[in-house]
Amino acid sequence: MPVNSEQCRDLTQLPDKAGHFGPYGGMFVAETLMGPLQELRQAYEKYLQDAAFVAELDDELRQYVGRPTPLYYAKRWSETLGGAKIYLKREDLNHTGAHKVNNTVGQALLAQRLGKKRVIAETGAGQHGVATATVAARYGMECVVYMGAEDIERQKINVYRMRLLGAKVVAVTSGSRTLKDALNEAMRDWVTNIDSTFYIIGTVAGPHPYPAMVRDFQAVLGRESRQQILDQEGRLPDALIACVGGGSNAMGLFYPYLQDKEVAIYGVEAAGDGLESGRHAAPLCAGRPGVLHGNRTYLMEDENGQIIPTHSISAGLDYPGVGPEHAWLKDCGRANYVAVTDSEALAAFHALTRLEGIIPALESSHALAYAAKLAPTLSREQLLVVNLSGRGDKDIHTVAGIEGIEV
Amino acid sequence: MNRIERRFEQLRQQQRKALIPFMTAGSPHPDHTVDLMHTLVRAGADLIELGIPFSDPMADGPVIQLANEQALHHGVTPRDVLAMVSRFREQDQQTPVILMGYLNPLEVMGYATFAALAEESGVDGVITVDLPPEEAEEMLDALRPREISPIFLISPTTSPSRIETIARSASGFIYYVSMKGITGSGGLDLQGIERSLVQIRNRSPLPVGVGFGIKDGETAAAVSAFADAVVVGTALVQRLLTAWEEEESGQRLHDVVESFISQLRTAIDR
Repeated sequence: MPVNSEQCRDLTQLPDKAGHFGPYGGMFVAETLMGPLQELRQAYEKYLQDAAFVAELDDELRQYVGRPTPLYYAKRWSETLGGAKIYLKREDLNHTGAHKVNNTVGQALLAQRLGKKRVIAETGAGQHGVATATVAARYGMECVVYMGAEDIERQKINVYRMRLLGAKVVAVTSGSRTLKDALNEAMRDWVTNIDSTFYIIGTVAGPHPYPAMVRDFQAVLGRESRQQILDQEGRLPDALIACVGGGSNAMGLFYPYLQDKEVAIYGVEAAGDGLESGRHAAPLCAGRPGVLHGNRTYLMEDENGQIIPTHSISAGLDYPGVGPEHAWLKDCGRANYVAVTDSEALAAFHALTRLEGIIPALESSHALAYAAKLAPTLSREQLLVVNLSGRGDKDIHTVAGIEGIEV
Repeated sequence: MNRIERRFEQLRQQQRKALIPFMTAGSPHPDHTVDLMHTLVRAGADLIELGIPFSDPMADGPVIQLANEQALHHGVTPRDVLAMVSRFREQDQQTPVILMGYLNPLEVMGYATFAALAEESGVDGVITVDLPPEEAEEMLDALRPREISPIFLISPTTSPSRIETIARSASGFIYYVSMKGITGSGGLDLQGIERSLVQIRNRSPLPVGVGFGIKDGETAAAVSAFADAVVVGTALVQRLLTAWEEEESGQRLHDVVESFISQLRTAIDR
């Protein structure tokens, strides 16, 4: 939807009081959740300004998660591509192997402040589920993770990790049996157990205040990267690249740069078998606005407004919606949204593994694949920052399976 | 005065309480929905709540989710649901019909188009589960010029100040969700419901219906002692699903509806 530039001023000041990013975001939930969401918003606004809370969060991120993560110059890969210098923000080096834990630590500390002893989460690839189960173990909370029956089959190792950590993993067999259905089920649990339970949403979607709150907890990685590139190169990068499923790692990277107009921003969606095939998970590139899971955003839907099945090689990107702030950044033209196919992501997965000795998550491989397209079109003085949002150990079985190798 | 207001006025004069059965349009099979609506009325329904199927019915339990999936499997669209109401209206101009659904299919159709088609089909009220009054302006603007009541939910977690906000946007009747949970959950807190209804009545002149957790004659009778209407959804849908699974026969569905609804009617009127 085209918009005028006046509406897009002050992108860093969003959302508004009611959780809107332009026409997107908001609180589209059943009445039972409205009161608790308001309570959550107030608590979150209060503790974000609370020195003791902020200090505890910083300390946990340093001592438990392992922050700051390096900003690593991928020299061999950059030289092979023959263009811009590519820096990788190494979120794969976080405890639990992905950026997800930045947010689960933040929300778990908030849950503690609110006196909630039980946390629930939805998960697709299992990374957010593992990150939630991890903090639940760390802070002594009961944990229930909802996961699509289909995804449980695809991600057995993460399911076992969650169980080792003491979480109960519930298989969701309704609908398409994937991430969106897990989210539905987690919402149902939350509405039923609202007094005892804190719902840790893993991405920048859902009703207000989740999109803003998750972004703020993830923005630590963007702020670090901004300082690191200034320290290492003496200037800001020419472009940022991150993969977008729900879009939390991307929002965390992009947010601190929104006012740096000289920095181009690229969000990379999953084109699956190709956008023209219809088998993809790219609502920003090929969907249209609608309302799902508590917010208005771009969706994959049919002509009657029913949500349609998505496809991606990467379970973490296999979601029919996207965070509402991305929808607004798209309409405002501040960020460009592109898509790469399963096979392009796989090629980047192998390239990084062989040239840099880093096995990336299939989700992150989508960002890498777009960097591999963009870098050769730029000069050797130009700088790219790519969010390496997670490590690829969890995907080894998927990759081996595609290549017909028995592990 | 639209059909909903007329019906509640009649009931008030007769000192009776309304019975509002819910079923998902197109489940168990779209061929039977309109006939079943007539059976509901014959067996004692005062108003009918008809669900528009949606792929992601987040506020519903497994039973109604299954009914939604079944209807979608049969290809039932929002326009098909409106067509069912039109056909129902060919023989019944009195019984109010309330559509219940989720926002996205209506947003995709366009609020103005939806409101016009709904009025033309003979729809009297609309419940949009995931549309709180704060986000409802466009929908309310579309419904306002029509004879269609926007019906809002109030739950045990709704604060007194929100009750006032909701009461300002609501018309037709107010739907009180009897518990924290999804459709089809168990465990009614009758005293809690009674206290909440007092709070609502202090802030709105509209009739108050109670739904969620009413599953048989006993619970319907208990709730109707202080509510103006009782809504029964999951318990009816479950009976329809079970009957259809045993035998795909329209007659079986009618028998099941007839017996269950008349049993509720008797219990409420006793």
